[in-house]
Amino acid sequence: MDLNELYQEIILEHFKYPKNRGTIEDADLHLEGRNPFCGDEIKLSVKFKGPTLDRVEFEGTGCAISQASASMMTEQLKGKTIAEIRELIDDFAGMVTGNKAGLNSDRLGDLVALKGVCDFPTRVKCALLAWRVVEQAIAKM
Amino acid sequence: MEYIASKTKDTISFDAAMIRSFFPIFQHEENNGLVYLDSAATSQKPQQVIDAMTRYYQEHNANAHRGAYRLAEKATAAYEQARARVARFINSRTVEEVVFVRNATEAINFVAAGWAQKFLRAGDEILITEMEHHSNLVPWQMTAQRTGAKLRFIEFDEQGKLCLNQLDQLLSYKTKLLAITHISNALGTINPIKQIIQAAHQYGTKVLVDGAQSVPHTKVNVANLDVDFLAFSGHKMLGPMGIGVLYGKAELLQEMDPIHFGGEMISDVDYYRSTWNDLPWKFEAGTQNIAGAIGLSEAIDFLEKVGMEHIEDNDHQLTQYALEQLRAVGGLKIYGPMDDHGSAISFSLDAVHPHDLATFLDSKNVAIRSGHHCARLVMKRLQVPATARASFYLYNTKEDIDALVRALEEAKDYFAKWT
Repeated sequence: MDLNELYQEIILEHFKYPKNRGTIEDADLHLEGRNPFCGDEIKLSVKFKGPTLDRVEFEGTGCAISQASASMMTEQLKGKTIAEIRELIDDFAGMVTGNKAGLNSDRLGDLVALKGVCDFPTRVKCALLAWRVVEQAIAKM
Repeated sequence: MEYIASKTKDTISFDAAMIRSFFPIFQHEENNGLVYLDSAATSQKPQQVIDAMTRYYQEHNANAHRGAYRLAEKATAAYEQARARVARFINSRTVEEVVFVRNATEAINFVAAGWAQKFLRAGDEILITEMEHHSNLVPWQMTAQRTGAKLRFIEFDEQGKLCLNQLDQLLSYKTKLLAITHISNALGTINPIKQIIQAAHQYGTKVLVDGAQSVPHTKVNVANLDVDFLAFSGHKMLGPMGIGVLYGKAELLQEMDPIHFGGEMISDVDYYRSTWNDLPWKFEAGTQNIAGAIGLSEAIDFLEKVGMEHIEDNDHQLTQYALEQLRAVGGLKIYGPMDDHGSAISFSLDAVHPHDLATFLDSKNVAIRSGHHCARLVMKRLQVPATARASFYLYNTKEDIDALVRALEEAKDYFAKWT
């Protein structure tokens, strides 16, 4: 168990200086999610432009993994269609749970830094918190 | 017939190495060097508890209260002996006042659904505290919603002690039930339960005590406390998971409705109506956890051989030592009282999230709990999303606490680059 595999530099950067932190006033949708196990929470607002996601912002409290994952996620989601977002959620969840064979990690970009989570089963929920909120959000679109 | 024949001698001297040698988990090679500081979540199990359950399945397995053959008689006797063992342990007046359930949560739910929801009406009040575990909060929220009774709360102060001065204002003849934890799992607070029960009884208020964190650690004497209901879990007191106890005064259990209906809980069954079996069996529908009851009985045997007074004394010494050592760690904040503290200590380290801290400590082989400890009201009151918690039991030593403190010092270095 190597902690540095889990807490990589880029993760700490996103934790310290999160991207897209805030609330979109004229959002298409506001949604929040909570990890009942630890009380961590993420509030997400999304704004679409045509078929693609134009803006996404988040607020919340939680551990380094949940907050960094949320920050990195917002960067990757912008400009994607709902179908592409679904694929990304699927790839990311497959990576952190270690359940997806033949994973194309190119599509995940910087998110690959969170791969170490799969060796820490108790932290998988932390990494997935923001992603579950997005999943619910697009289900409502 | 003494079915539960213990292999150990009559008393076990309180020597940490000796005590640990009874717990196979510490001998297992994968757990080499494990510092287990999460007994408030669940305790480890001594070999004799595991053996007693295995022996039951290997040698005497049959359904209790059902067969007219010798094997079934043995199983029934073992189950009822386990009940008698529990009754003696908590000093209940009669064996029929001990109902086997799955855990403390189920015990509290039984009282909520079978007693409170039967008798409470709009205008009545249920009094609980802000420091309750969800298991002693959510059932009362539901009871209030279903009966129209009002749920009221005793607050706790900055030290994590109950504001007992509020008791006078909150208690009245409207208060039909006071449900309160004996020892807080999130703050470590030890509540002056006897004094509180006496105050409640002045108004005829019945008192349910959540003993999940107290029965494993201190002698709880139901007759002496004059408590009306007591709930506790076997797995936090060296017993197996899936067995717990609801103690209730016989007259209350008599008037309380069963929650589960079916086999063995009936006296007579007709097409449209049935009548209930005697106490305690009217609450025990369906096949029960006989092996679990035997395991719990064996756990009580172990606890008594060590001596509850020695266990309490060791807990107290470890807790005082831990409080002193933790106070010396810069940036560490301890929640809960500084004296008279139960053996669970909640804390946080600088701005490090308890989850990240627990992962780091685990990398140093120190197992602690992180999260809200099923006590969201406590977290709201402390204005934190979560805390880290270390908790101790009879197999822990000062060396375990030293290992925790060393790991915390290392954690400070590790997380320093994060800020």
